[in-house]
Amino acid sequence: MTIYFVQAFIYLVAAVITVPLAKKLGLGSVLGYLIAGVIIGPVTGLVGQETVTIQHFAEFGVVMMLFLVGLELEPKMLWQMRNRLLGLGGLQVILTAALIFAVALAFGQVWTVALAIGLIFSLSSTAIVLQTFNEKGLTKTEGGQNAFSVLLMQDIAVIPMLAFIPMLALPELAAAAQATKEAADHHEELSLVAGLPTWAYALAILGSIGGVIAAGHFLSRPLFHYVASSGLREIFVATALVLVVGIAALMSLVGLSPALGTFLAGVVLANSEFRHELESNIEPFKGLLLGLFFITVGAGIDFQILTSNLVIILAITAGVMLSKAGILWLLASIFKIRNSSRWLFSMSLAQAGEFGFVLLSFGIQNHVVPSETASMLQLVVALSMFLTPLLFILFDKVILPKYEAVSNNQEYDTIEEQGTVIVAGIGRFGQIVTRLLTANGVKPVVLDHEAGQVENLRLINIQAYFGDATRPELLHTAGIEEAKALVVAIDNRESAIELVHYVKHTYPTVRILARAFDKGHSYELSLAGADYVINETYHSALEMGGQLMTDLGFHPFAVEQKKAAFINAETNASQTLFEKWQSGTEGERFDQDYRKIFMQLEETILQMMQQDRADKHHSDERGWTPPPKGYQNKFEEGE
Amino acid sequence: MKQLKILLLFAHPSQSRSEVNLPLFENAKSLPFVTTVDLYAEYPKFNIDITREQQRLLDHDVVIFQFPFYWYSTPAILKEWQDLVLEYGFAYGTNGNALHGKTFMCALSAGGNKDAYRAGGYNHFTVRELLQPLEQTAMLTGMRYLPPFSLFSSRSAVEEKRMPQHIEDWQKLLNALHHGQFDDLQTDNTVIINDLLPSLAH
Repeated sequence: MTIYFVQAFIYLVAAVITVPLAKKLGLGSVLGYLIAGVIIGPVTGLVGQETVTIQHFAEFGVVMMLFLVGLELEPKMLWQMRNRLLGLGGLQVILTAALIFAVALAFGQVWTVALAIGLIFSLSSTAIVLQTFNEKGLTKTEGGQNAFSVLLMQDIAVIPMLAFIPMLALPELAAAAQATKEAADHHEELSLVAGLPTWAYALAILGSIGGVIAAGHFLSRPLFHYVASSGLREIFVATALVLVVGIAALMSLVGLSPALGTFLAGVVLANSEFRHELESNIEPFKGLLLGLFFITVGAGIDFQILTSNLVIILAITAGVMLSKAGILWLLASIFKIRNSSRWLFSMSLAQAGEFGFVLLSFGIQNHVVPSETASMLQLVVALSMFLTPLLFILFDKVILPKYEAVSNNQEYDTIEEQGTVIVAGIGRFGQIVTRLLTANGVKPVVLDHEAGQVENLRLINIQAYFGDATRPELLHTAGIEEAKALVVAIDNRESAIELVHYVKHTYPTVRILARAFDKGHSYELSLAGADYVINETYHSALEMGGQLMTDLGFHPFAVEQKKAAFINAETNASQTLFEKWQSGTEGERFDQDYRKIFMQLEETILQMMQQDRADKHHSDERGWTPPPKGYQNKFEEGE
Repeated sequence: MKQLKILLLFAHPSQSRSEVNLPLFENAKSLPFVTTVDLYAEYPKFNIDITREQQRLLDHDVVIFQFPFYWYSTPAILKEWQDLVLEYGFAYGTNGNALHGKTFMCALSAGGNKDAYRAGGYNHFTVRELLQPLEQTAMLTGMRYLPPFSLFSSRSAVEEKRMPQHIEDWQKLLNALHHGQFDDLQTDNTVIINDLLPSLAH
């Protein structure tokens, strides 16, 4: 028992220290885990033999991840993906396997070994790629979506591979193993389908998949309802685990990929009302197990084999990754994946994956791959996985900016139209302003420094121009001299202030309306000369606060009054505070960080409200206050 | 001669269509003794500033509601204004004598013709009768009530070239109010103040 505690502690502490550090350095969590693994494994030798066992266990994280991926993917979406899945994914597997097979043959491998190697290296790492996509928010991008279809196809392709690889067994390896056959038999995996004729095997597979879908569709709801009604959170967690573990077990028993089975179950449950509950329950397990898996990959790197075969291993790794990337690039051009998406697609999938480990050990067991070759190839798989996060960094830092620069470096538009209003910055904020104006027949001249944004707006017939609104020449061509008003909604705090300052000084008659990010920014904009400043989130947040009060049972009209009173108090307090802020010296002003301003503001608002109450002039109770009871007696006396 | 200050509270929710009221309002702006307030412009969300409006009342001697006749009454914001500004303790009730001695009048435009607004006409009542809630409000708050300045058949006033005369009457009326010329006049039986203008001394 003690040894488990110690090991668990070592693994966890390595992750706790390395992963946040790696993230902070911009390396991503995956690389953090890998490094943690290298440190506790080959570098310090804190962990050793057990990594392989742990790795098998930790591979379950991949199964869970595919379940979660399935949950995000409605059956309809999966159906829409079918072309990319079969075309892009299928071609990727076949072409990559074929190319690597050919290269291996050329280097003198027996054709069966070469074929096995080809198949093994055609797969990529679902774990690393999806985890990194998630972390970097690339999941929904064009490159991300396409990469996902390929990964999904690879997971499906593992099934026939597992069936096919034993047929490639080398006679001499098999003979060598003959002596220990009995022992091997003993270790054979538990299987329901061993020894069944092919038709029965096919039937069992179809039956299990059908069973998963049917059970997911018809049984899961009553089950979840029953469990949820118990109100015991841990039982719901247990149920979620039962679901995933159970399906994984079933799939393994009939010789299918557990990952694929849980993925299917996830898709079936994607429309369920329990989807988010399931997600939040499985998520932590998945995260930890995946992390553990990455650590074991790092820990499993055998430095002895690596150093003695360094050149050849590095060469193979580079060769594998280059050929994979090359084929992906080719496919991307066939399937019209362009620009930075093509780079992302090609670079993200260039590594070999965790299924590579599985297939390699499977290959050794089935006497397909000699174990010396396998241990070297295992290092290639691990190394290529290690390099993937670095490729992602390369993509982020070098390739993506280049494409952004290319699309942003085009000639600034020449502006034909001059309007009475210029809108600088056409993100989420400027767009709404512009839409309101154009809907009412005011045609603003719109400027933005993101070419894509401008293009989008032109699609909906808004006169948008590409260019940097803070440049005087551009403002001039946009007609700032004749403009009545300028809307400043650019997404850079400092540039916004500079722009306001410049326009106010050069064209004092132009009315400037500026969007502020927060209170401090609003003061700076006012000081720079903006005539009207609005905080971007203020009114939507007030609306929601009002809705909440209504939901809590306040009368809707009373809520309107309270909101009005709040706005009033806030406006006054903010003005007072602005004057105070303004009278401060430059140094003091910089001192006024957002928190300080916010605290002062809240205090002032509270004071104002209390003052009003003491005066019996509480502003939100003032309207429609009935006269005091019995007041009419006085009228009669007076008459 | 007196130098009374006039507060003109203008309520027109659809000024882009206004043919009568807007010219009158614009005209009043040029008079130095009239404070003009466009209520719908100042309180587009009906969030009337009670303190400010009460101060305006205190600062003036004559209060005029100017509006197009909507369903025999004022547009909504003027009712809102009354409900909020004429508070207990300010306009009525204990110590509620802030408005005592002031003068109150309505200036309106009505779509129906003059004959419709009388017993037997299709509107059955005179405009003065229809405005009785405001007359009583003036009484309760201690203000002198003057009959309304009215333009009938307002939708055809421009086409029939009645506006120049109406604007002239309006200026004459405002000047007379400024000098307190109605103070000693008996107006209880007058339906619209327009009828008294010819008899005013210059």
